[in-house]
Amino acid sequence: MTSLPVNWLEKEKDRRRLNVGASAFSDKVYEALTAACALVVPGLVIAIAVAVFAAAWPAFAKLGLSIVTTSDWDVAGGHFGAAPAIFGTLVSSTVALIIATPLAIGVAIFLSEFSPSWLRQPVGFLVDLLAAIPSVVYGLWGIFVLIPLLREHVMPFLRDTLHLGATPFFRGPAYGPSMLAAGVILAIMALPYISSVSREVLMAVPRSQREAALALGATRWEMIRDAVIPYARSGIIGGIMLGLGRALGETMAVTMVIGNRPEISASLLAPGYTMASLIANEFSEATNDLHLSALMAVGAILFIITLIVNAVARWLVWSVSRRRAQ
Amino acid sequence: MRTARNRHLVSGAMIGLTYLAAAMATLPLLFILFHLIVKGASSISLDFFTHMPRPVGESGGGMANAIVGTLILIGVASVIGLPIGIGAGLHLAEKKTTPLAYTVRFLADVLNGLPSIVMGIFAWEVLVRPIGHFSALAGGVALGAMMIPLVTRTTEEMLLVVPTSLREAALALGYPKWRTSISVVLRTAMAGIVTGALVAVARIAGETAPLLFTALGNQFWSTSIREPIAALPLQIFTYATNAYEELHRLAWAGALVLISIVLVISLAARFATRSRFGAPVD
Amino acid sequence: MLQSTEVLREKPMRVITPTVQVRAPEPTASKDGTRPCIVASHLSAFFGETAAVKDVSISIPQNAVTAIIGPSGCGKSTLLRCFNRMHETVASARVDGSVEILGSPIYGDDTSPIAVRRHVGMVFQRPTPFPTMSIRANVAAGLRVDSKSHASRGATSEIVEEALQRAGLWAEVKDQLDESAMALSGGQQQRLCIARALATRPRVILLDEPTASLDPLSTQKVEELVYDLRKTVTVVIVTHNMQQAARVSDGTAFLLMGELIEFASTRELFTAPKDPRTESYITGRFG
Repeated sequence: MTSLPVNWLEKEKDRRRLNVGASAFSDKVYEALTAACALVVPGLVIAIAVAVFAAAWPAFAKLGLSIVTTSDWDVAGGHFGAAPAIFGTLVSSTVALIIATPLAIGVAIFLSEFSPSWLRQPVGFLVDLLAAIPSVVYGLWGIFVLIPLLREHVMPFLRDTLHLGATPFFRGPAYGPSMLAAGVILAIMALPYISSVSREVLMAVPRSQREAALALGATRWEMIRDAVIPYARSGIIGGIMLGLGRALGETMAVTMVIGNRPEISASLLAPGYTMASLIANEFSEATNDLHLSALMAVGAILFIITLIVNAVARWLVWSVSRRRAQ
Repeated sequence: MRTARNRHLVSGAMIGLTYLAAAMATLPLLFILFHLIVKGASSISLDFFTHMPRPVGESGGGMANAIVGTLILIGVASVIGLPIGIGAGLHLAEKKTTPLAYTVRFLADVLNGLPSIVMGIFAWEVLVRPIGHFSALAGGVALGAMMIPLVTRTTEEMLLVVPTSLREAALALGYPKWRTSISVVLRTAMAGIVTGALVAVARIAGETAPLLFTALGNQFWSTSIREPIAALPLQIFTYATNAYEELHRLAWAGALVLISIVLVISLAARFATRSRFGAPVD
Repeated sequence: MLQSTEVLREKPMRVITPTVQVRAPEPTASKDGTRPCIVASHLSAFFGETAAVKDVSISIPQNAVTAIIGPSGCGKSTLLRCFNRMHETVASARVDGSVEILGSPIYGDDTSPIAVRRHVGMVFQRPTPFPTMSIRANVAAGLRVDSKSHASRGATSEIVEEALQRAGLWAEVKDQLDESAMALSGGQQQRLCIARALATRPRVILLDEPTASLDPLSTQKVEELVYDLRKTVTVVIVTHNMQQAARVSDGTAFLLMGELIEFASTRELFTAPKDPRTESYITGRFG
């Protein structure tokens, strides 16, 4: 058995300078490196904001609010009104949310409350998997499967059989590529985001809430409606906003099914345009600097809108988990 | 009338509706997979992976250049995204409550929701415009930037699962802090971190928008990172919006390959995280 | 070998609870003139503003087992962690006073906590083998750190075997050294942690409720090995189990609300405690 010298730290002290020095130095290097990596994240956000806004500035300076308010996108003449694109982004996302939200919350309630345990994993997995499908695959499916389906069956059904054609929303010829097609595809893409967050917050509602309601004689549905959902409400709204954020920024799938016509129309059957599609379609062919700058300006607007929506969404979800921790 | 019976009927109806919602929500995926297989499977052959696209009008050909291009892009993106993401994750897991940690966490989540096309125009502004031409490097950087917030958050999550008692045991043995973090904590969480990294790779492998104005796409065989390069999702987009049937066929095949990769990785990730902790990770 | 059924045949001077069984008397510490192992002087340990250990001065003898007992929250773990500078790994933790081990002060601006920890072994309440390492690698984990003994693989194997022998685990694992440490049972894992702590041949080993999460059979094995270890190592063991303290230790310290109430040979503390609070605790009136 080796015995340490009586003053066992003595020899250590000689190496102590090296040791304290060496490991303290390594610790500092480690901390600096990881902190630097962490700083890349805010750095990236700032860099993106600066780059995009700096490039967009000439257009904002020259055109001002007309980018947002006018509809005339005339490259040669130097007018860049992106109102149809902005309109299209907002409408397609709204349609998507109208379709997706009830479905997503329904699935979330199903999975957290009623599902038999053997179904829970597979169904949850299949719904979550929707988020993993690349946008371009959605677009491909949209062009060759969804659009013919809409054009030949769904749209005539809505417009003629249900006589919804009398309203301004379903008027006009059914070409296929349309706001409705974009709305449907975006709904499928947003669904997993809404569903996954909702599921989490619903499952986080404490047992005591549910049991209290049941003990008062509520039916299972009433328990959910009156005790569970109100508790989880802000989280669910956060989930909906996350889905919204995804829908607002979606590019490829929308570009492939919306028809890319820069016109504002009330009818869902008509083709439309979105900000992301506008950028995607024209960027590579942008000829003059003002054109490019105008496209950057549209990108900047999209950046701001999605930034706000995502920030609010995350804050809502975070506030639910904070309340839960209390 | 709110009799007990009516209330129970309503309850039953609502429950039925949720079952319906679940059924409707799982349909699209199955639908899409079905079509992909029906329309794409017949075109999958060795040729698909090894041949270049034929001139328009001729049949046959493959997407070899796009597949290689995607691999190169993923490689560049990973070299950028993985070290920075893991480093940031390590920082967040250790400095849990500092203002910087909260800010970084929040901004990473915000970045994750950023439209990929904005990332594309950013990369164009920074790496294409000043240089003067499109390149695989620019595309790789755009994708890498998208990977960073993804890898950061999954790494942090996996590191937090490691019990603090392990860290204490290492410290009590005389490990300096950095060695505790790397040789014990990081090493213990490695399987989960790798899984998270793979999921991030699968996600960016399917991205098209950031590549539209960076990598641009390339009809020819190219492996240089200074030149435009083909990529699978880009190629699918180009062929799908083209007039020729033959190219549509290839697009379906490409989509099937792409989604197979994504599916396999997602399944493996689910399986890996579940078996690690026993209970299903929802 | 310690038998758990050994009973002291002397007549107790006071009524004691029948379940406390004290071993045959051992010479008390510090009578034979060797220097004490650990000397704490006016030691206080804080979490932020709250003091968990208040002005404790204690002299722990070498090559003996010293137990620290007391009710939950009395600061015994915190006191233990001051002996290897683990207390300061918690944010907002602070230490006042001094601690000397074998004559050398361990607190001081120029003393490296890492060096201290390398020479003091510690085992925690729950077994903490490193999950990604084999049994061999676990035991040797502390070795690679000490650059003084840049041991070759052969020497490492010897050290690993010696440590496992001392921990009483060698026979059970000698054929599976390269397998994962997670394949062992809870009791085996804890003995593995003891082997890991012993591998660096420390002069002091600190045990923080080492059998709290073990089954009775494993507990007995660990107690036996602690009893054996005192021939070569100074052992300080924190335990909430009085009977364990009585079985295993030579001297016992009683802590209450961060203060050292009494420190005496185990026999004395359990049969003739001087402080009424000690007596209340060991007769089970609180804690």
